[in-house]
Amino acid sequence: MSKPIGIEVSLAVAEAVGLCDVDVVAAYPITPQTHIVEHLSELVADGHLDADFVPVESEHTAMSACIGSSASGARTFTSTCSQGYALMSELCYIASALRLPIVMAVANRALSAPINIWNDHADLMYARDTGWIQLLSENGQEAVDMSILAFRIGEDPRVSFPVQVNLDGFTMSHVIEPIGIPDRKEIAKFLPPYRPKLRLDPEHPVTIGPVGMPDVYTEARKAQDEAFKATKPLIQEIFNAFAKQFGRQYKLVETYKTEDADTIIVAMGCVVQTAMTAVDNMRAKGKKVGIAHIRVFRPFPAAELIQAIKGAKNLILFDRVTSFAGGEISGPVAIEIKSALFDRKLSPKVGNFLVGLGGRDVTEQNLEEMVERVASAKNGDLPAYEFINVRE
Amino acid sequence: MAKETGIKSWKELNFGIAITTPGNAAELKTGDWRSMRPETDREKCTKCGQCYIFCPDMVYSKDAEGYYVQNYYWCKGCGICAKECPVDAITMIQEVD
Repeated sequence: MSKPIGIEVSLAVAEAVGLCDVDVVAAYPITPQTHIVEHLSELVADGHLDADFVPVESEHTAMSACIGSSASGARTFTSTCSQGYALMSELCYIASALRLPIVMAVANRALSAPINIWNDHADLMYARDTGWIQLLSENGQEAVDMSILAFRIGEDPRVSFPVQVNLDGFTMSHVIEPIGIPDRKEIAKFLPPYRPKLRLDPEHPVTIGPVGMPDVYTEARKAQDEAFKATKPLIQEIFNAFAKQFGRQYKLVETYKTEDADTIIVAMGCVVQTAMTAVDNMRAKGKKVGIAHIRVFRPFPAAELIQAIKGAKNLILFDRVTSFAGGEISGPVAIEIKSALFDRKLSPKVGNFLVGLGGRDVTEQNLEEMVERVASAKNGDLPAYEFINVRE
Repeated sequence: MAKETGIKSWKELNFGIAITTPGNAAELKTGDWRSMRPETDREKCTKCGQCYIFCPDMVYSKDAEGYYVQNYYWCKGCGICAKECPVDAITMIQEVD
């Protein structure tokens, strides 16, 4: 076990990516991801990391370069968020269809307008249908662990998909935390060299990314979907292997005090840590509240989540994004959970709350307010979603 | 399922939808895109080869008598050959199902 040191989370992520012996980094700096890219460029410039750093002119080019690099068999990393993610997004669908295990750290940030550089999950949700595996972290140690895991998961020949490591912008990316960074030898033991199933090689020419006309497009999508569906148990298997070596056990869905809970908060990202304190406070007042936190948003672990929340009478579902669906259906995270509940004929009382948008803090008081709101509402009284902590 | 790609099931697709047999574009049947078919009137044809030169899809090849004949497996019916023929020997004929 490596001794924790005080380090900014962004720098720790960059260090971990460097220790994973990445071959190519192609990225464009954007707040609040900047320190990750800056530090990687320093590591390369100072000779600490033997990698090609491609200082591209846009995120669109960053992902294009990553696709070429990964397709040639190089271990490839990029990082972005928000508007940068939006600009690169069209390439992200291609990276997953071509089964290229690129790793991307996303320092989650709101999308404009109004222009806002602060944290919410707009970019995470924007990315959800691109066919990437989406991992979430709740503190600096987890961001480092997920960065290492992302390469191992993505590059596993049974997986072979690109992986996003989500860390909340500023509230995580710019915070100094005690973090244990495994050394190069430990990481090398966990992360074998990348052996692509197929790569661009002049000796054995192949065409990647060809046109797929109506007679084959459906089959291509079906094949990709089947391969993606198969990743869920493999991710848990790799989490278990990580636990065996490093002692930190991750799960697709993790829980906090849910065993006897009649009220469960479902959350993702570092707000979970605030929710833990809120739950402790509420438990001290005799309220049976717990948390189910989603570690992997894609593939969506519906069975594991239902297992964690099926005993609850009241559910508090967070959405850290506005989805503008017209007001009659919930936000994106709540929609998925409600769909999973419906499929299993479960109908707890559900409150869906839009919180923590564009960097607004989610406080313990907010959480208690939501729990109270659902507890006191009659069935059928709760709207599809509501804003919390908004000035009326 | 399409004969052109030869794929009967999604399970047969290559990893990452890659094409591992380069140079196979000639196998792709583009002829079924066609709504008009070029036909050559040999009475008018001077065997000049303009149709062969202008065809964007290598449809024309020379036969034993020196005439340029169409391979309808690839012909998309674009009509460039009929437009370029200096003696108006090529007519576009409506395809009927």
